[in-house]
Amino acid sequence: MARQAREDTRGALQQSAGWRLWLSGGWLGLIAMAALMAPWIAPQDPLAQDLFLGRLPPVWLAGSEPGHWLGTDSLGRDVLSRILHGARIALIVALVAGTLTCVIGAVLGLLAGFLRGWVDVAISRLIDIWMAFPPVLFSILLIAVLGPGLFSIILAIVVIDWTRFARVVRAEAMAQGAMDYVASAQVAGRGRLSTMATEILPNVLPTIVVLLTLEMGIAVIVEAILSFVNLSISTDDPTWGGMIAEGRTSVHQAWWVLVFPLITLFLTVLAFSQLGEGLKDRYDPVLR
Amino acid sequence: MAELFRIEDLHLSLPDLYRKPLLGPPPRIEILNGLSFTVAKGEIVGIVGGSGSGKSTLGRAMVRLLQPTSGRVLFDGTDITHLSEAGLRPLRRRFQMIFQDPMSSLNPRHRVGQIIAAPLRLHGVAGAKTRVAEALDHVGLSATMAERYPHELSGGQRQRVGIARAIALRPEFILADEIVSGLDVSSQAQVLTLLERLVADLGLTLAFISHDLSVIRRLCGRVLVLRHGAIVEEADTDRLFAAPQAAYTRELLAAIPLPDPDQPWS
Amino acid sequence: MSFLQVNGLSARLRGAGVPLLRGVSLEVASGEVRGLVGESGAGKSMIGKAILGILPKAVEVTAGEILLDGMDLLVLPPRARRARIGATCALIPQDPLTALNPSRRIAPQIIDRLVDILGWDRGRALARAEELLGEVHIPDPVRVLRAYPHELSGGMRQRILIASAFAAEPKLIVADEPTTALDVTVQKQVLKLIAEMQARHGTALLFVTHDLGVVSKVCDRLSVLYAGLVVEDADVRSFFAAPRHAYSRALLAATPKHTDPAASLVPVPDAVIAAVQDEVAAVDRRARHG
Repeated sequence: MARQAREDTRGALQQSAGWRLWLSGGWLGLIAMAALMAPWIAPQDPLAQDLFLGRLPPVWLAGSEPGHWLGTDSLGRDVLSRILHGARIALIVALVAGTLTCVIGAVLGLLAGFLRGWVDVAISRLIDIWMAFPPVLFSILLIAVLGPGLFSIILAIVVIDWTRFARVVRAEAMAQGAMDYVASAQVAGRGRLSTMATEILPNVLPTIVVLLTLEMGIAVIVEAILSFVNLSISTDDPTWGGMIAEGRTSVHQAWWVLVFPLITLFLTVLAFSQLGEGLKDRYDPVLR
Repeated sequence: MAELFRIEDLHLSLPDLYRKPLLGPPPRIEILNGLSFTVAKGEIVGIVGGSGSGKSTLGRAMVRLLQPTSGRVLFDGTDITHLSEAGLRPLRRRFQMIFQDPMSSLNPRHRVGQIIAAPLRLHGVAGAKTRVAEALDHVGLSATMAERYPHELSGGQRQRVGIARAIALRPEFILADEIVSGLDVSSQAQVLTLLERLVADLGLTLAFISHDLSVIRRLCGRVLVLRHGAIVEEADTDRLFAAPQAAYTRELLAAIPLPDPDQPWS
Repeated sequence: MSFLQVNGLSARLRGAGVPLLRGVSLEVASGEVRGLVGESGAGKSMIGKAILGILPKAVEVTAGEILLDGMDLLVLPPRARRARIGATCALIPQDPLTALNPSRRIAPQIIDRLVDILGWDRGRALARAEELLGEVHIPDPVRVLRAYPHELSGGMRQRILIASAFAAEPKLIVADEPTTALDVTVQKQVLKLIAEMQARHGTALLFVTHDLGVVSKVCDRLSVLYAGLVVEDADVRSFFAAPRHAYSRALLAATPKHTDPAASLVPVPDAVIAAVQDEVAAVDRRARHG
C-alpha cells in the first residue's frame, strides 16, 4: 500500500519533471545553438553602427525596418544579433565558472564533512573567514587588480562562490557519514577515500547537481551585473548585461533595447535552475 | 571449545561535547567500564541491556568500528585492539556485522546486487555474481532482487539483504546489532528463523545484541546482561530465565509485557 | 451509547483509488480502552488520524461516519469539525523527542491549548498544568514547567505529553504507539501511568500499537487490522484465551513470549496470509459492485 502511494507520487513527480526537463533543456539548447552559430545566423553584424537606423522598433511596430527583427539600439546596432552574440559570453561564463566553482567547493566540502578532524577545522575556518568579505566589493577589487576580461569574471565568480558549495556539501556529507552504510563499508574493509567516493558521493550528487545548475544561473547574472557596472568584458563585445545597461538610459524612447535582453537573461537563469530540479527528480533512484 | 573472541578489561570513553567547558578539553563519558568475556567458536551469545547500557558500543568495539580506550580485544588469538585499518583489512573478511536499521545501513543509491557484491570485490573474491546469487538464495530472496533499490523493498526484505551482505564473504563471526527491533512481529519471526538456520548451515559464531530478552531466549545459548557499561550477569540462557541472579535482570524480565492478561505485572 | 463510534469508514489514496481503510467499524465507550493492533501498513495509525482530522492530504475518506457523542464529524464544515475535535479529543504521540518544540519552555506548550482553544485565563491554566504534572508523578512541577525539553529525560518528556493530553479533560484520547521508542522498564512505567490517568479521568482511550503484549496489559477490547480491514473485534480476555480469526492466531504465535519459547516467534504461515488477502479482495469486490 505504502508502495503504491510511493509509485503514485513518483508518477506525478516524473510527469512534472518531464515538462521541466523539456522546457528548460529546450531553451538552453536554443541558447547554446545561438552561441555556437551566432556568426552565421545573426541577421546583422552585432557591432555595425548606423546612426540613421538608430532606435528602430521591432518589426511588428510602425516605423520598423526589415532585417532588424527586434529593432536597433541608439547607435543603430541590431538587438537580435547582439543577443545572439551575447549568448556566447553568457554560456562560457555559466559553464566554466559554474563547473570550477562546483568542483572546488564540492571537493573541499566532501573532505571536510566526511574526514572531519583537523581537515574539517581547517576548511571550515577558511570558509568562515572567506564569507566575512563583502562579495561585491571583493569581486570589484579583484577585477580592478586583474583588469576586466572574461578570465577575471570567471575567477571572481569562482573565488566568491565556492563557499556556497562547500558549506552545503559539507553538511550533507556529515549527515551521510553518520549512516550505517558507511560503517558497513568500513566493516567490509574499505578505505576512507574509497568510501567517500563510492558511498558518500552518490548520495550527495543530487544536491551537487541542483547546486551546479543554480550556480550556472547565478554566474550568468553575476556576469550581467558586472557588465552593468562596466566591469566586464571590453565594451565592444556584446553581452546581455551590457545591453541592459545601455537600454536603461533610453528606456522611454526605445524600451525594446532593455526588454529583450532582459527576457533572455531571465529565461536562461530560470531554465538553469529548473534543469537542476528536473534532473534530480528524473535520475535520482531514491525518488524514482 | 576453542575461543574466537576474547575481551579483556575493555574500557571505552568518548568526549562529552555537551558539557565542554569554554576552555580546555571536554570531560569524557565512560561508556564501557571494564568488560571481560569470551566467545567460543560456534556459539550464539546474546548481549542484552537497556538504552545507554553500552551494548551497541561494545559490539562496535568488537568489530573495531570504534577503538577502545584501554583493555584488549583478541580475535582468534590476534590482538586487534589498536590495529590500523590497513592491518585490520585481511581480518575484516572473517568478521562481519548486521546493522539495526536496514534503511540506513543499505546505501539508498546502490542496487541490492551492488550492495552485496561490494565487500566481495573489495577483498578480490572471484565470481562475485554467483556469490551474490548464492547469498540471496541463502536468505530466501529471489535473484531478481539484485536489480532493486533498497527503498523498493519491505522492512523484512531489507534486513535479509543486510544479512546476505554479511554472509557473502563467508565470515566466521557475525555481530547482529538489534536487527529485529524495527521489524513487524511476523518479519521478526521470519528473520530469526532464517538466522538460526544460517548459523547451523554455515557454522557461524554469532553475537546477538538486543534489548528484548524474549528474542534472546529463542536464539541464544548464553547471555551477557549489560548495565552502565559493565556486565551485571553472565549465564546460560536457560539458567538466566529460570533463576535470574542480578536485580537488574529480574527487573528487565518483569517489565516485559507478555501477551497474557493474567500475567502479574506490577 | 459509546462516546466514539466509527461506522464503515473507508479511505483511499486520492487519485489512485487504492483502498487504505476498508469499512472500519469500532466503538470506544467512556472509561474504556480499545487497542488497535496490526502490522505496519495495516492502517491502524490512519484510523486515529482520521478521527483527529489530521489525515495527510493524499488520503481521502470515501465512506462511513465518525460519531463523537452521536454527532458525525465528517458532515461538519472544517471549522466546526476542528473546534469539536479540539474541545473533546487529544493525542499522545509516538515520539517524545519530536513532539515537544525544542525552543519553547514546557509551560506554554501545555497551557497554550487551554488558553487559545478553551479560553481559560493564564493563571488558571498554569495552576492546572502544575496540578497535572503532579498527577503524572513529576516531583518538582514548578521547575519542570520552566525547563526546556532538552533539559529533561525521554521518560520525563513522555510524562509531560501524557499530562498535556489530559489537560483539557478530553472525552477521547488517541495514543499512537506511545511507548515504541522506549526501553521495557520505562515502557512499563509509562503504560501504568496512562492506564492510571485514563481510569481517574474516565476517558475513552484508543490505543494504537503493534504489540499484543502491551494490549493485554492496558486494553479492555481490541480490533485486529489487516490491510485496513478489521478481521477481529473482541474483548481482551476472550481474545487471549482463544483468538477467533486465523490471522489473529498467527499474530499471537509470532509475538515473543520468553516464558514459552516453543510457542513464540512462529513466522506467520503463507497460507494464513493468502486466506486473509482473499478476504480483503472479496471485500473490495463487494465494495465495487455496490
